[in-house]
Amino acid sequence: MSDLAWLRAPPPDFRARVNALKKAGAGVEAGLELLRLASYRLDENQLAKLASVARALSGEAPQFTPVKVALIGDGTLSLVAPAIEGSGVRHGVLIDVVLGGYNAVVHESFDETSAVHAARPDLVVLATDCRVLGLSRAAGSREAANGLVEAAFTRTRMIVERMGKSGRGGVIVQTVPAPADALFGSFDRVEATSPFAMTEAFNGKLREWALAGGIALADIARLAASIGAERWDDPRHWHASKLPFSPDFTPAYADVIARLVGALTGKARKVLVLDLDNTLWGGVIGDDGLDGIVLGQGSATGEAFLAIQTFALDLRQRGIVLAVCSKNEDATARQPFREHPEMALKEDHVAVFQANWTDKAANLRLIAEKLNLGLDSLVFVDDNPAEREQVRRELPMVAVPELPDDPAYFPRYLAAAGYFEAVAFSEEDRARADLYQTNAERAELMSSASDMDSYLRSLDMRCRIGPVSSVNRARVAQLINKSNQYNLTTRRYTETQVADMETRPDKLMLQARLEDRFGDNGIISVVILDRKGREWDIDTWLMSCRVLGRRVENAILKTIAGYARSHGATALTGSYIPSAKNQMVKDHYEKLAFRLMESSESGAARWRLDLGQYDEPELPMRIEAELAEVEGV
Amino acid sequence: MGSKDGILERVGGIMADTFDLDDLKVTPETTAGDIEEWDSLSHVRLIVAIERAFKIKFSNAEIERLRNVGELVDAIASKTGQTA
Repeated sequence: MSDLAWLRAPPPDFRARVNALKKAGAGVEAGLELLRLASYRLDENQLAKLASVARALSGEAPQFTPVKVALIGDGTLSLVAPAIEGSGVRHGVLIDVVLGGYNAVVHESFDETSAVHAARPDLVVLATDCRVLGLSRAAGSREAANGLVEAAFTRTRMIVERMGKSGRGGVIVQTVPAPADALFGSFDRVEATSPFAMTEAFNGKLREWALAGGIALADIARLAASIGAERWDDPRHWHASKLPFSPDFTPAYADVIARLVGALTGKARKVLVLDLDNTLWGGVIGDDGLDGIVLGQGSATGEAFLAIQTFALDLRQRGIVLAVCSKNEDATARQPFREHPEMALKEDHVAVFQANWTDKAANLRLIAEKLNLGLDSLVFVDDNPAEREQVRRELPMVAVPELPDDPAYFPRYLAAAGYFEAVAFSEEDRARADLYQTNAERAELMSSASDMDSYLRSLDMRCRIGPVSSVNRARVAQLINKSNQYNLTTRRYTETQVADMETRPDKLMLQARLEDRFGDNGIISVVILDRKGREWDIDTWLMSCRVLGRRVENAILKTIAGYARSHGATALTGSYIPSAKNQMVKDHYEKLAFRLMESSESGAARWRLDLGQYDEPELPMRIEAELAEVEGV
Repeated sequence: MGSKDGILERVGGIMADTFDLDDLKVTPETTAGDIEEWDSLSHVRLIVAIERAFKIKFSNAEIERLRNVGELVDAIASKTGQTA
């Protein structure tokens, strides 16, 4: 998919539309047009053009998160820099690249006054090359090969450590594609002194490092392999301009980097919405009937559709929520799920099932609403180009991949688009799809419960509140970086920063889990306080939206208030900092009986709770709090 | 219109895109010295865009020999088999 085939070809008036947008200026509409323009298959010049208008709108298109990225590494990177900025739009981030000097990566990382340090980047991208790392020529002995790999890794680690001081959100390091040309042939993989084996060994070390959480990995070696090593590695351009890879793949490379920046900023998508007829099976269930649709073993087309279903199931198993959006009678649409023996997907796998005759954009809105997620969390897969166009026009924030005529290639298009990019994976991620599903069941229960409180009591909830430690740090950091809606201040902290705060006596950091009779929701809330003096300030308060309305926030406040009192505090203060997405917590502190201290025109507000005035509420759950006894300051 | 004129027009469009200049006018005599945005880096982008548009490849030696847009057009014409 080196040609970004999941994106549409750009329109002939692309330049004119970008220019018009530049004139029109900022606002929500401008942001939507920016999204539409980014959803085309742009070449490096068009990406640079898009980047120029994105820069002009930076900070004024509320859909996007601005991210400053320091791009450093080997060879000429100035060609990919604007392409990364342009591709960022596609992934919900307005990337501002600060480019390191040519051949200056080591020097600049050590010099804390260098431009890349001075820029105070949110993220650092380190793009190394096997030729500069010293891995592109065969080693003289096995020991020498080990030494070369070790030296290359040490160089990388030194750069990352030095840059990490400035890169507040962490460092992305790319794996290194091996040179295309074999030295021994197949034996290259066996023989440790071959450039191929050495780059593999180097990449293996990066992998271990990423697994331990030290870096995020951009798997450029994998990208090069899927494009083809011989096409990727173009010595002509290395000799002429020190371009590390063929410039034909600049857009593909830039998209991989941009989607990773997006994922680290909490922009990865969460839901796969599937059409039914000719997307999950061949034919039209309403016309062809249960016996007429093509699905399953025995026919090539039937197997292709089955492969789409199993791909969706694999995504579900890694936590991607599945939904259905189809123009059909509800009962007809459900029939294959219930009765067709070859169906791999069952109704149980689908969190929201929308089959009706209303337009798809309206149904996608409903799906997002029912799941309590933003429309920009959705990916919509439909074989019908007209439906795709309608959704793109109405809802440019929904990702809608192009699909080829042959369903055999649907999974490839979907996978290559990288919508569900992950930077970490935990057992809780695995369970996520189930959680959204049981939420739907809870909603059913609510409609039968006579009032809210008895409903909540019927859930038999247990809220466990405790400190953050190595056991749960990864999930806590993930929540800090992914929660957008129920998040009072939207402050992002890396795993390293979280680890640091765990031991600081002037911080109180806690996480809460919620269990109920449907299961364990896992860690659903994180609060960080500055415990200075007698007024403790709430730096961060966030919660997963799937436990909205369960009074978890009351349970947490009760716990914090009790703890603060017993440690000599007399009041709690907290801020609301508005973002494009956290409107829902505007009244969070007011609902918790805080008093307004000050507010600004932007909507930001400071709140205060006098602990002398705070009455502990009765809550419909058991609270088990266990907070560390760190000495206060 | 001779095929070289056609090539010149397409090259002009690609140059407008590459240098992000909407009303760029190019003639066979145009050189990198005439266009401020035409530096060594955008030159790489220009060649890549031309190779893609005309489905051809230049060697580094060929690229180094080119002195103006006219010679670029000639090189494209000979690679695509149009010499009129």
